Amino acid sequence: MTQLASKVESSKGSRPRLSDTLPDSTLLGWLHSMQLIREFETRCMQAYQGTKIGGFCHIYSGQEACAVGTIGCTNNDDPVILAYRDHGHALARGMSPRACMAEMFGKAAGCAKGKGGSMHMFDKPNSLYGGHGIVGAQTPLGAGLAFATRYEWEVLGTGTKKVTLCYLGDGAIDQGAFHEALNLASLYSLPVIYVIENNGYSMGTAIHRHSANSKRLTMRGEAYGITSIEIDGFDIRNVYDQFKPLVDECRDSQRPAFVDFKTYRYQGHSMSDPQKYRTKEEVDEWKQRDSIAALVSHLLHDRRCLTEAQWKAMQDEIAEVVRDSVEFAENAPVPEVGAELYSDVLVNPQPNMSPAGEYIHGAKNPLL
Amino acid sequence: MPEMNLVQAINHALAFEMERDDRVVVLGEDVGLNGGVFRVTEGLQARFGAERVVDTPLAESGIMGSAIGLAMAGMRPVPEIQFEGFLGPAYDQLVNHAARYRSRSRGAITIPMTVRVPVGGGIHAPELHSDSPEAIYAHHPGLKVVMPSTPSDAKGLLLAAIRDPDPVVYFEPKRVYRSFKEDVPEGDFEIEIGKAKVVSEGADVTVVTWGATVFQCLAAMDAMPEDVSVELIDLRSIYPWDMDCVIESVRKTGRCVVVHEAPKTCGFGAEVSSTIQEHCFLNLHAPVQRVTGFDTVMPYYKLELEYLPESPRIKGAVEQVLAY
Ligand SMILES: Cc1ncc(C[n+]2csc(CCOP(=O)(O)OP(=O)(O)O)c2C)c(N)n1
Ligand SMILES: [Mg+2]
Repeated sequence: MTQLASKVESSKGSRPRLSDTLPDSTLLGWLHSMQLIREFETRCMQAYQGTKIGGFCHIYSGQEACAVGTIGCTNNDDPVILAYRDHGHALARGMSPRACMAEMFGKAAGCAKGKGGSMHMFDKPNSLYGGHGIVGAQTPLGAGLAFATRYEWEVLGTGTKKVTLCYLGDGAIDQGAFHEALNLASLYSLPVIYVIENNGYSMGTAIHRHSANSKRLTMRGEAYGITSIEIDGFDIRNVYDQFKPLVDECRDSQRPAFVDFKTYRYQGHSMSDPQKYRTKEEVDEWKQRDSIAALVSHLLHDRRCLTEAQWKAMQDEIAEVVRDSVEFAENAPVPEVGAELYSDVLVNPQPNMSPAGEYIHGAKNPLL
Repeated sequence: MPEMNLVQAINHALAFEMERDDRVVVLGEDVGLNGGVFRVTEGLQARFGAERVVDTPLAESGIMGSAIGLAMAGMRPVPEIQFEGFLGPAYDQLVNHAARYRSRSRGAITIPMTVRVPVGGGIHAPELHSDSPEAIYAHHPGLKVVMPSTPSDAKGLLLAAIRDPDPVVYFEPKRVYRSFKEDVPEGDFEIEIGKAKVVSEGADVTVVTWGATVFQCLAAMDAMPEDVSVELIDLRSIYPWDMDCVIESVRKTGRCVVVHEAPKTCGFGAEVSSTIQEHCFLNLHAPVQRVTGFDTVMPYYKLELEYLPESPRIKGAVEQVLAY
């Protein structure tokens, strides 16, 4: 068994679990959300292989318990800001699968008007501040979002106490910007939780090869005086048990936190990854602890709030939702060149922008 | 002479120089075990060892800064930044330090570093993975900037860059990486930084470009009537750039179109065009035209070809200056 897998293998304690106090409907909701992500990602891979999706496509399969579990501990107006592996979180936050898939397909109905693609999952009404193609760039922004919510609550008196979730991978923890962000967050006492989805790899580089003292990442948060814990991110009930009290505490104290979530991605880094850096056995080991299968088993056998037939029906219903999103994306129009290629850069139209304003008004530039 | 594509030629040149000079080290994200995102450094770690082909953390500022330190101490570092957009986090180190060390130390300390950076669009990648920031780096005194468009030029310019006593930003047009092969000279040869190449001689109009758009210009020329005689210049070096070659050509043709992928405003075409009016004013039969990307963020792939200066737009501009 790999180091990571054995380390987080079982965190079953004897104390009653916080998640046991939740109603069945909440856990069924988690299952629905995780399965939606899994299905969505599977269809994305197919669409990518069928050249319907271009550019980059970073599949989240395997890590579902992180996004669904952590977002499940927040309110919908708590800001969320993401790294680039972002479709899963967007769906967990409530983005319409149609808008999400249309973005992947580069269609005008996408959440970023089809002009961004896989790394551009923005959903302002759901307080989702998007994916970030520059690894680590989002981490100081997370501090800024938390600064703003605290300011609204404390200074303007217009808001409630909020907590910002800022996601990043284990690769991103090496970026200088992240260390600046941690210092700011602690110094100014900002209610931001850095959710490190530690899947053991930064592209093709294993964590012990890319990060110093990699078995004790929490020391990095502690060095800045930030509450820092490790969580087995592969078991959604465990995620809730440990993360919910932390969110509550951060909300209450308006302080930052740092969480090292042990997790694993099943697919390659992107769609063109020969995965020479890991073995099939390692992947299979993690798959044996699959977060969705584990939750299904719990709901079937322990909680007994789900039957095999109901689980099958849920899977079918989700497959239909995702199939519908693909069909919607396929049929949606591409962004209109005249209007969309030049818009959204600054408040439009800008008279001296190249090409000159005629474009925006639809006239043809003689050079085009 | 072996046939190689751009990726193979760069790999070959790196190996050649590492063999020749053991102060040459390669460092970057996934350059070792994985052979780089575009597999440009494939096999180098196995051949030269992990001390010379170094996998780094995801930390561009650290990569660039430590490469500068290596260079200050007399090494010949060749850091790789995976995509041009990721120069962002390394920008401070590159422009505030690498570019200015010679000046700041009044010549006592130099930075013989070659930063390899894939550049440009046309591979269906999104923003930050498709941009063309060559003018930004050309704007900083103390940096050299090159962008080869062919495998042979890639080898010759890379050897010249690594041996250069000053920092060179070596942009590799992604769109060309595997698009074609050609015979690449074996053994040692350099292409002087700052020398353009006349790709085809002509009498009626000069087209100046660099990087992947060389091939869009060639396609535009193919689509034009036989009697239109175009002189195509591949700048190859953005800074220093071969003014003499361009000036001489425009004095002959009296017309010029500059083509690049970067946005028009403050793109390097502005520099070329301005230099032409300074030196060729009385020779010009038409205003210099620019065919470029737009002042907008590189869009996702469905609109990519609308953004990039593809051959129909280039052809249109050439016709326009001819008809002026
Ligand atoms: C500044 C910057 N450098 C490099 C990259 C290329 N890159 C994209 S993802 C990635 C690895 C990130 O690993 P991690 O943070 O662990 O996230 P994961 O892929 O595991 O979700 C790299 C090197 C980038 N997008 N931005
Ligand atoms: Mg990772």
